[in-house]
Amino acid sequence: MAIVTLHEVAKRYGDNPPVITGIDLEIRDREFMVLVGPSGCGKSTLLRMIAGLEEITLGTIEIGGRVVNDVPPKDRDIAMVFQSYALYPHMSVRENLDFGLKLRGTPRAEIDRLVSEAAKVLGLEELLERRPKELSGGQRQRVALGRAIVRKPAVFLFDEPLSNLDAKLRVQMRAEIKKLQHRLQVTSVYVTHDQVEAMTMGHRIAVLNAGKLQQVGTPLEVYEKPENLFVANFIGTPPMNFIRATVSDGTLAARGFTLPAPAAARAALASRQGKPVVVGIRPENVVEPGRRTTGATAQLQLTVDLVETLGDEVVIHGSKGEDQIAFKMDPHNPPEFGGKVDAIVEVDRIHLFDAETEKRIAE
Amino acid sequence: MARSRREQEVPHALLHGILAIATLLTIYPVLWVICIAFSGKQTLAIADLPATPGFFDRLRAVIPWPERWTPANFVSVMTDQPFGRWVLNSIVVAVFTTLFGIFLSCTAAYAFSRFKFPGRRAGMMGFLVSQMFPGTLMLIPLYIIMVSVLGLGSTRLGLVIVYATTSIPFSVWMLKGYFDTIPKELEEAAIIEGASAGTIFWRIVLPLAKPAVAITALFSFMTSWNEFILAATFMDREDMYTAPVGLRFFVGGYSQQWGYFAAGSIIVSIPVVLLFLYLQKYLVSGLTAGSVKG
Repeated sequence: MAIVTLHEVAKRYGDNPPVITGIDLEIRDREFMVLVGPSGCGKSTLLRMIAGLEEITLGTIEIGGRVVNDVPPKDRDIAMVFQSYALYPHMSVRENLDFGLKLRGTPRAEIDRLVSEAAKVLGLEELLERRPKELSGGQRQRVALGRAIVRKPAVFLFDEPLSNLDAKLRVQMRAEIKKLQHRLQVTSVYVTHDQVEAMTMGHRIAVLNAGKLQQVGTPLEVYEKPENLFVANFIGTPPMNFIRATVSDGTLAARGFTLPAPAAARAALASRQGKPVVVGIRPENVVEPGRRTTGATAQLQLTVDLVETLGDEVVIHGSKGEDQIAFKMDPHNPPEFGGKVDAIVEVDRIHLFDAETEKRIAE
Repeated sequence: MARSRREQEVPHALLHGILAIATLLTIYPVLWVICIAFSGKQTLAIADLPATPGFFDRLRAVIPWPERWTPANFVSVMTDQPFGRWVLNSIVVAVFTTLFGIFLSCTAAYAFSRFKFPGRRAGMMGFLVSQMFPGTLMLIPLYIIMVSVLGLGSTRLGLVIVYATTSIPFSVWMLKGYFDTIPKELEEAAIIEGASAGTIFWRIVLPLAKPAVAITALFSFMTSWNEFILAATFMDREDMYTAPVGLRFFVGGYSQQWGYFAAGSIIVSIPVVLLFLYLQKYLVSGLTAGSVKG
C-alpha cells in the first residue's frame, strides 16, 4: 500500500532537449493510474523512472513517503510487468515466479506458499513446470503478472503489457488485470498508448504528450471536459470533430455555417468577440433528425464522404464546406456516398478551445 | 500432374548421382588415411604395383581398402612412440585455452555489450584490427615476450597464453554479437527483482548465451588443438610437443612413417568429431525462442 508522488520530474539525455518536463502527479493509495499518450510522449520513460531503470534528471519521486531518486530498483518495493513479458526463457514457470523470492532469501516454505498462492490467483497451477516457450501468449502474460504479484510489492508498474496480444485476448486480459488490481488493492501505474485501455482500466488517467502532462482526471472527467485540444483529440473514438470558427455576437461562425454558442459559454465568449476559436463536437453529440436530443440544437446539412458500418451503428464522415464532421447513425438505411444528410448538433454539448493556446475555454 | 512428376524424377536422379560423386571425392582422402592407418604398413601406397601393372592392378592401387586390417599402427603409435604424451599435451593446452579464453571473452563481451565506458569503441576496433594480421606476423614478438622475457618457452602455460590471446578477439566479437540480441528487458526484470550484476550475468545472460558460448568454445578448442606453427616454434623439447607437431615428427626428413602419421591423424581427429557431435544441438538451437513476444 503506497502513494507515489512525482514532483517536478524531468528527464534529459545528455545535452539533448528534455524528453520529459515538469511532471507533477500524485498516484493515490490503491489507485489504478493509467499513463496514456501517443508513442514517444515519454510515458514509458516516466514509468521506468518510477521503477528506477532510468535516472531522474530533475525533481523527486516518492514511493510510500520516501524519496527514491537514489534508491536502487530492488529496494523500491515495486514490481514491473514488461511489454515483452521478459520471462526467463531457460527457467520453468515456477522458477520464473520464485526467482525474486530466492534472491531475497525468502525461506523455502514461504516461497512455496507464495508461489502456489499466485499460481492459484492466475490459474497457473497446471503450468508451473513448463517453460515459457511452451505457453501461449495469454499464459505468458499471466506468468509475467504472477512474477509481479508473488512478491507482494507496494506498487505495480505495467509497461504496455497487452500490446503483444491479439485483439480478443487483449480485451480479456484487460478485464483480468483490472479485477486483479481490485482484488489485491495495490497502487498501480499502467502505461498504454491505447485510449480505450486507459478509459476502461484506470481509476484516473494521466494524458501525456511531448513529455508534458496534459490532463489528469477520472476517465469521465477527461472525456467530458478535455482541458486542451490534444486531450480532446486523443480520447474518444471516433475522435472529436474540430471546426475553426470566429466568435460573432453569441454565435460561432465557421467557414460554411454558423452555430449558436452554448448557453454556458456565452459569458466567456463575450470578451472574445471576433477572435478565432476551435469548436469541438463529439460524434455522439451529432444525431440524425428524429432522435432525442438534450438542450439547444442546430441543424446542418452535410455531404456524405464516407460511410463505415460497425454493425450496431454506422459512422458517417460528412462535410460542410471545408469542415468535416463525423457522427453515428442507425445502421439501417444509411445515406449514400456523395448524398446529403441532415444532422442535428447538440449545441450545449460542444467544447470550445482557444485557437491560439489550444486550451479549453472555461464555461 | 503425372507428366510434371516424371519431369522431376530425371533431374532428381541426376542430382543424386552428382551428389554421390561429389561426396565420394570429398571423403576419398579421409578413406585413404583410414586405409593406411589400418594397413599396418608405413608406405603411402595402398597396394604395391607389379613391374608391368594391368588395369586391375592400377584399380586396386586406388581403392582405399587395405590388404589386411590391423590395429598395429595405432598400438605402436601409442606405445613405442611418445604420441600419447603429445596428445596429453594437446588436451591440456586446448582445454585450458578454451576455459581461460571463454571466461575472459564472456566477461569482456558482456561488458562491451552492456556497459558504456571510455575506450569501448576503441577496444572493439582494436580487437578487430588484431584479426586482420596473419598469425605468423605475431610469431616473433610473441616469441620474444613468451620465451625471452617471461621464460615460458616449451611450457604448456606459455602456449595456453599465446593461444588465448589469439582466440580472444574473435570470441569477444562473436559473443558480444550474441549478447546484443538478448533482450535488455530480461535483465531489467531481474534488476527489479533484486539481482546483482553478477547474478544477472551468471544466472540469466550466460545460460541464454549457451549456443554462442558453445560455438566459441568449439572454435577456441579447435584452433589450439589443430595449431601447428606457434606450437612448433614455442615447444622446443620433444616431450612438450603437441599432437600436430608430433605428427610432423613421423614424416620428417629422415623418417617416412606414413602409417604412424595416418594413425596419429585419426586419433587427433576423434576429440574434434566428438565435440562437434556433442555441441551440434547448440549450433542449431535458438534458446531465446519464447522469451519475448509471440
